[in-house]
Amino acid sequence: MKAFRSMVLVSSDPDSMERGALDVFSKLQQQIKAYDLDEEISLSMISDVSKKGRDPLVLVYPDAVIYGSVTPADVPHIVEEHLYKGQVVEEKQISPYDLSGSVAWLSARKGTLPAENRIVLKNVGLIDPEIIDEYIINEGYQALGKVLNEMTPEETISIIKDSGLRGRGGAGFPTGLKWQFVKGAKGEKKYVICNADESEPGTFKDRLVLEGDPHAIIEAMTIAAYAVGANEGYIYIRGEYGLAISRMKKAILQARDYGLLGENIFDTSFSFDLHIHAGAGAYICGEETALIESIEGNRGEPRSRPPYPTTKGLWQKPTLVNNVETLANIPAIIRNGAEWYKSIGTPSSPGTKVYTILGNVNVTGLIEVPMGITLREVISIYAKGMKDGATFKLAQTGGSSGSIIPASLQDTPMDFDSFKNAGVSLGSGALLICNEDVCVVDLAKVLLNFFRFESCGKCNPCRIGNKRAYEILSNISEGVGTLKDLDDLLMLNDQLYELSNCGLGQTACSPLHDILTHFRAEVEAHIKLKICPTDVCPMSGRWAYQIDGYRCNGVSLL
Amino acid sequence: MSVEVKVDQNVREIVRTLVEEQGDEKAELVPILHEINTMFGYISDEAIKELSERMNIPTSHIYSVATFYRMLSTEPRGRHVIQFCESAPCHVAGGRLVWHKLTDELGLAKGETSEDDKWTLLTTSCLGICGVGPVMVIDNDIYGNVTPDQVPEILSNYE
Repeated sequence: MKAFRSMVLVSSDPDSMERGALDVFSKLQQQIKAYDLDEEISLSMISDVSKKGRDPLVLVYPDAVIYGSVTPADVPHIVEEHLYKGQVVEEKQISPYDLSGSVAWLSARKGTLPAENRIVLKNVGLIDPEIIDEYIINEGYQALGKVLNEMTPEETISIIKDSGLRGRGGAGFPTGLKWQFVKGAKGEKKYVICNADESEPGTFKDRLVLEGDPHAIIEAMTIAAYAVGANEGYIYIRGEYGLAISRMKKAILQARDYGLLGENIFDTSFSFDLHIHAGAGAYICGEETALIESIEGNRGEPRSRPPYPTTKGLWQKPTLVNNVETLANIPAIIRNGAEWYKSIGTPSSPGTKVYTILGNVNVTGLIEVPMGITLREVISIYAKGMKDGATFKLAQTGGSSGSIIPASLQDTPMDFDSFKNAGVSLGSGALLICNEDVCVVDLAKVLLNFFRFESCGKCNPCRIGNKRAYEILSNISEGVGTLKDLDDLLMLNDQLYELSNCGLGQTACSPLHDILTHFRAEVEAHIKLKICPTDVCPMSGRWAYQIDGYRCNGVSLL
Repeated sequence: MSVEVKVDQNVREIVRTLVEEQGDEKAELVPILHEINTMFGYISDEAIKELSERMNIPTSHIYSVATFYRMLSTEPRGRHVIQFCESAPCHVAGGRLVWHKLTDELGLAKGETSEDDKWTLLTTSCLGICGVGPVMVIDNDIYGNVTPDQVPEILSNYE
């Protein structure tokens, strides 16, 4: 895939087709070529965006302009004015707010490029993280002051609830609701924990926030503590993140010095203090109950739930556990209000999402964009296209809660609900973009190897199931798999989902399900034809030699 | 890792000091084990016994914790520990070929320590530096965008 200046998408749901979407498409194709723009502008058909009565729609990215009720006769004007001269054709433009709920509120991403529209990464790379004053100059600790001086805990929780913020750790649980649970839980002593045990393969967004803007996390945790009624907190940072740990330690000392942490914060009666707990290398500790076990000095094995940490967490006390990225949104929401936050992203998943872009693309790295942008946009605009002009094959969304996303889902808005409807999940925000040289069997093997290794071993389905799935995949990659193996893999996926104790086991085999849904032919080629179409797998067992005892005469050559 | 083994100091004495400094709360167990591991390169039986007495925690529990976490080791390791990331992002970016080169150069398989105690070769899950994959870490030095050709040169930096 090449890097394009902009993208034009035409809706192709049944209604749009009925109203001449194909004619619009071919007219666009012809006009774009006529203006010699076909090297700069990509044109594709997409589904699932239409609003009855206004189709067919033509969407132009990255300007995020939507034209409605487009006829072939409108096309030359749109191409000349918008794509050639850069002037939006206002008379054909429709409001993105008219669209159905599954669609991004595109206006929020007008002009959105990697360095813009930042909430979570607002200060990252722009301030010196080791100097508290730089954070304060950039609106730092304003939200905390506002909360402690002007708002009740109930009001604070209701702003977060109204904002629609959903947890960014992978599951997407509504943050305000979680806060309310902890607030409502019985008990004098409560804890707030920041889950910074970021270990999903391909994810390093939290590391950049911790390293680049540590005070944002301190401020957010203090606000959360005030809201739920806690006076002690822990930041659990994975042990591999040495720089993040040292920056965070420094930030805590500075905040205490300034009276922003500790006794009587902002000269109010509210007190809150923070500890840092470094992990020691265990992926499972990102699971909140395993994380709590680890802080308590045990093996990081998840607890059985319920009771949930919101009622019985650290030392059996009600505990709020929030992910780094989730917390980093809090100060901005308090400062700017829930309505502002909801104006970004999609109605069901407001706000921005930080993605890490990796794999076979020209530019790898981190972007923060409104929820609901599509994979195609990410690859073409932010990642500047596939490396060496290769063809996109699939994307893996990272970690145990992630999915394998085939090319056919490239235009699905990336938000919690649209992805759920499409049967895939957003995961932790890692986007591992793979080209056609990547073998799905080999990729599955790598993913399962990870889970085989990182399974904590507490429950049998996960401990044995992942090992078994890995063995089956190894056999397939060596050319000795059978078709029954594929049924066994799907069965393992079901069993792990049903029987595992925690999210790791429940979702570990889900990439296998995705692969067998979207790439079954390629897997079967390994079994039936005994070839690896991408020539990655060893296929070492392909030729099995046997001694024919009837013909063999021992040692001599005849 | 790149450890100066303090043979002259008594392991038990150091453990005692650590517990005095950090406290004998059970919550301090993992941080203290981490500290011991950094100082000695691994956590010896003797350290576990001393820790058990000082913190009033059964040795079985300490051992089960020490063997649970990847960054802790109960076995002595080589002078230089190589951690090679085997997660998908590094693998897709070319890690597979780098790994083959690395095992060829060292003549070691996953998890092995060389006979001269120079190298321990470990694989690790994602280290969170995937933007520059394939990634490998030797002691505390991080190498990114590693190609198979670079492997011998990188290894030659270590005595």
